[in-house]
Amino acid sequence: MAKLIKNQQIIDDAWQVMALEADTDPAGVAVPAGQWIVPLAVWQAQPALAARGDVAPLLDGADDPAALADQLAALPLVAVNFPKFVDGRGYSIATLLRSRYGYTGELRAVGDVLRDQFNAYFRCGFDALSPAAGKYTDAQLAAALASLADFTEPYQASIAHRDPLFRRHQRVLP
Amino acid sequence: MYRYDAYDQKLVDERVIQFANQTERYLAGELSEDEYRPLRLQNGVYIQKHAPMLRIAVPYGNLRSDQVRKLAHIARTYDKGYGHFSTRQNMQFNWPKLETIPTILGELATVQMHAIQTSGNCIRNVTSDPFAGVAADEAIDPRPWCEILRQWSTFHPEFAFLPRKFKIAVNGAKDDRAVIRAHDIGLELVKNDAGELGFRVFAGGGLGRTPIIGQEISPFVAWPHLLTYCEAILRVYNRFGRRDNMYKARIKILVKALGVEAFREQVESEWAHLKDGPATLTQAEVDRIATCFVDPAYADLPATDAGYSAALAENKPFAAWAKRNVRAHKRPGYASVVLSLKKTGIAPGDITDVQLDTVADFADRFSFGEVRVTHEQNVVLADVRQSDLFELWQAARDAGLATPNIGLLTDIICCPGGDFCNLANAKSIPIAESVQRRFDDLDYLHDIGEIELNISGCMNACGHHHVGHIGILGVDKNNEEWYQITIGGRQGNDAGLGKVIGPSFAAADVPDVIETLIETYIAHRHEDELFIDTVHRIGVEPFKQAVYGDKTPAQRKVANG
Repeated sequence: MAKLIKNQQIIDDAWQVMALEADTDPAGVAVPAGQWIVPLAVWQAQPALAARGDVAPLLDGADDPAALADQLAALPLVAVNFPKFVDGRGYSIATLLRSRYGYTGELRAVGDVLRDQFNAYFRCGFDALSPAAGKYTDAQLAAALASLADFTEPYQASIAHRDPLFRRHQRVLP
Repeated sequence: MYRYDAYDQKLVDERVIQFANQTERYLAGELSEDEYRPLRLQNGVYIQKHAPMLRIAVPYGNLRSDQVRKLAHIARTYDKGYGHFSTRQNMQFNWPKLETIPTILGELATVQMHAIQTSGNCIRNVTSDPFAGVAADEAIDPRPWCEILRQWSTFHPEFAFLPRKFKIAVNGAKDDRAVIRAHDIGLELVKNDAGELGFRVFAGGGLGRTPIIGQEISPFVAWPHLLTYCEAILRVYNRFGRRDNMYKARIKILVKALGVEAFREQVESEWAHLKDGPATLTQAEVDRIATCFVDPAYADLPATDAGYSAALAENKPFAAWAKRNVRAHKRPGYASVVLSLKKTGIAPGDITDVQLDTVADFADRFSFGEVRVTHEQNVVLADVRQSDLFELWQAARDAGLATPNIGLLTDIICCPGGDFCNLANAKSIPIAESVQRRFDDLDYLHDIGEIELNISGCMNACGHHHVGHIGILGVDKNNEEWYQITIGGRQGNDAGLGKVIGPSFAAADVPDVIETLIETYIAHRHEDELFIDTVHRIGVEPFKQAVYGDKTPAQRKVANG
């Protein structure tokens, strides 16, 4: 079973990510039994999926998180795709989901999810990180947990730190 | 200058640990080349022609003497005894070994320095006026705002991987010495009619492959909202900037594609959500940081020092240096000194370890222990007593730092070019040298007057060729190095892009062409008219005629187009 980092711990994970082939009609895609993360287009084309409880939407970089705004309260999981780790759109999408749209359920980073970005994911509101299958050995993944805390007192306000450093602490000049 | 508290120090120390770990995993084969590259770039490490290059951040060009000594130590210990000041006021070392870079970063952290975000697709070092705090035409000191922006942009998690690099510059003086309209965000400190402090905000400027002058997107953003407003701009860019083509990925392309009106609307609607949020600045925080930038303990001095006046009258070389390299200061009896890094035969911006130590000593002896780096690649001692200028000049001359050419034709802005840089299409340092050698007569240089010659070895434009009064751009044609020449560009309040005069030239012809351009200017100039003003008055055509004449490009040794 695939490994997931959830709330800073490594757990087994049964969710699978469904890819949508080009030129496929999203309304016609069959979502099998089991826990599936499906592209937003499929999610939107098949409203019945929402009732299943074991299907969750996947936002890509170009997707607008506003599309889920009305449903977020009922969703157990929203995933954001990082096709390449250098594609940083997912950080803004996560920030918007958590702040503007008030999403409080599991927010999961999937795709090219690497330990060197764990701290940024965490600070942008991701509480679940799903590195590609086989990317890390169990030992490497355990070591990677340390990266969640690469920067312990960052300057900015973010999802993880509601206030910027200058509001969190009394700063005095040396 | 800003001094780190425990939080600043901890972040820099944590970065050293993080990067040491990343480099270790890369060298052990755990991190692939593609995975490591963006990480090392965001720490200023390039892999260049000869070796890795390390670019160290000099926030808005400000250095303390202990930091300059540390740079000297690094040049001596880990490099070949010299470093290079870049056009973004940073310091570059060209020869460190990759394995030693974590150690170098550790050494830098001991003097409150780092290489964070000096490259990569992130918010880069904020740049500003090298005469901040001392210039007579300054309305508002930009340095506290630069530091606020530095902290906000350092490891901002949402903007860790932008479509492309992102540069911010701040100006608080009447004359814009920070080229703010050639930046992704340009900030001009202003006061509104009610006397409140804020920023006139420009966006979408940049040089590079598609040079564009930034456009105003807000006439006034009140100071508490600086960070939320920048955040709105960055979020629009991060989400909607192009990522399919790195040559079209800068914010300027997005602003152009949307049109400035539509871009402004998007920013404003994003800002509506962020405004008055937690990132809103507090007076206490601004005051805390501004405390670091109060005036040093100036002495009360007469407006003119008698000894200085006498030395000017008696000593011609000193007077020539003072004319070019000494700048008026807001305080009576003080001056700012530009130490020239443009000695003929030395790559523009290069400085040896010994010279760095000397500059640190000068700073301690003459200028309250502080140094500034200019984007023209020189070094400034901002607060020197007039009565010390003669002694400083003598010592600077001994150190090879007193070439009296600031603002003149030989004070060339020049990127490292094909001698060092992997991106370059052509060499730039030898071109700078050939022009400096051609114009070796100081009287003639002074007669030509103020002129800016900028050289870039490729269209990435690190040498700011587009905004040079004369710009030289290295281009590759059939694997040969050629040089395209523009005239009429300028930085400052009337920033504009130069016009190409015609087909490009071989390296050997460049000094002739520059000489012809200068002769044409001298033939046409009105009394006291600068080169750039003559170009704008008479247009490019007379210069073109003089350079190309009736000759077709085939007759003269020029490349096709």
